[in-house]
Amino acid sequence: MNALLAFRQLRKTFGARTLFDLGPFTIGEGEAYVITGDNGSGKTTLLRILAGLEPGEIAGFEFCGAALNHDRLAAEVRRDIVHVHQHPYLFHSTVAHNVGYGLAARRIGGAERRRLVEAAIAWAGVEHLRHVPPAKLSGGEKQRVALARAKVLKPKLFLLDEPTANLDGEARTQTIALIRQLVQDGRSLLIACHDRQLIELPGTRRFHLDEGKLAAV
Amino acid sequence: MDILASTRQAFALLLSGDAEIWTIVWISLRVSLIALAVATPPAVVLGYALAQQRFPGRRILVVLIQGLLSFPTVVVGLILYILLTRQGPLGSWQLLFTQEAMIMGQAVIAFPVLTAFALAAVQGADPRAHETAVSLGASSLRAALTTLLEVRFAVVAGVFNGFGRVISEVGCAMMIGGNIAGVTRNIPTAIALETSKGDFAQGIALGVVLMLFALSISVALGMLQGRGGLK
Repeated sequence: MNALLAFRQLRKTFGARTLFDLGPFTIGEGEAYVITGDNGSGKTTLLRILAGLEPGEIAGFEFCGAALNHDRLAAEVRRDIVHVHQHPYLFHSTVAHNVGYGLAARRIGGAERRRLVEAAIAWAGVEHLRHVPPAKLSGGEKQRVALARAKVLKPKLFLLDEPTANLDGEARTQTIALIRQLVQDGRSLLIACHDRQLIELPGTRRFHLDEGKLAAV
Repeated sequence: MDILASTRQAFALLLSGDAEIWTIVWISLRVSLIALAVATPPAVVLGYALAQQRFPGRRILVVLIQGLLSFPTVVVGLILYILLTRQGPLGSWQLLFTQEAMIMGQAVIAFPVLTAFALAAVQGADPRAHETAVSLGASSLRAALTTLLEVRFAVVAGVFNGFGRVISEVGCAMMIGGNIAGVTRNIPTAIALETSKGDFAQGIALGVVLMLFALSISVALGMLQGRGGLK
């Protein structure tokens, strides 16, 4: 297994309180991991630190085989790691614009961007919502658009924070189907969740975060 | 004074396309719109920085901006007059009693209003907007512009409010504009002058125009509130 992301130690403290203090952890290329844990155990914070959205004390951090120091973490990994929020935020424009946002940030424009956006929209099954303002979307549709917006960037690592939280019925099923497809496609994923169906998704490895420690299950 | 006769005369002046009245309206609009165009970009940048960044002196700047919201415009006029007068530090610019001086004054008056609105707008923005932009690979500048676009209706509401403040401002315009006919005479200074002369018809006519501006701003703000989901 080639290591995609690894750290020797990752610690998060709030004043005198330590949220977690994790030992060595490695995410393999093309591997999918599910992290479970009680509310407040630090799953969301862990994902945010790895996405470079929140500071944390990281030692021995490596990404794609390159050792990175903590200060440079955000800038270095931003392009290759995409974080999908539990309640995805969609910009006040259209679904198509949202899906193409990251491509525009990477200066991919014109016909190439349109082609990639259309492919991602079709993958997520939201073609009929292409020009719809996000405010009119349901929670499940927003989650699928957010997954399309992440997938179109072909990131090396997906960080999915409770992707099925507050979803039920068809919306949950469709979201899980997209995640299953990412796993089957050999994408690297780190998923924080409580959802039993996601936890038992074939091809994933499960870790449990409890009392500040991460343990394989 | 026959109010009814003056009012009838005022509407006759407006409808007849009286050159003097419409020149005054044009000067008012020109000066106020240019002042807003000058003040808005730096005010929005400062408002964004105050909302998003933490730096020494930030709290003092926020208090200062809030204090300047109620700063008397006549004092702004006085300070600029002292700066721009022939013996003043900026006297060599020869701007006193010009439209440029009025633009400068109105930009100074509008700046805290625009900054305070931008600050409140960005502070009220969903923090996920900036985070999402960053997570999708946006540079700091692109993420900032994205955040501002997300709160564009609130920022534009600030521009309308700033316009409302400067278009009706009289103290500063009188002091550094000098109320020169055809050059620096705008609606508020003309109303003050005509009223003091007892020519109520022109004063009422200009007052009607000013109220129409106020009404337009109110309607535009209402429409923005509807579109932007502002409460």
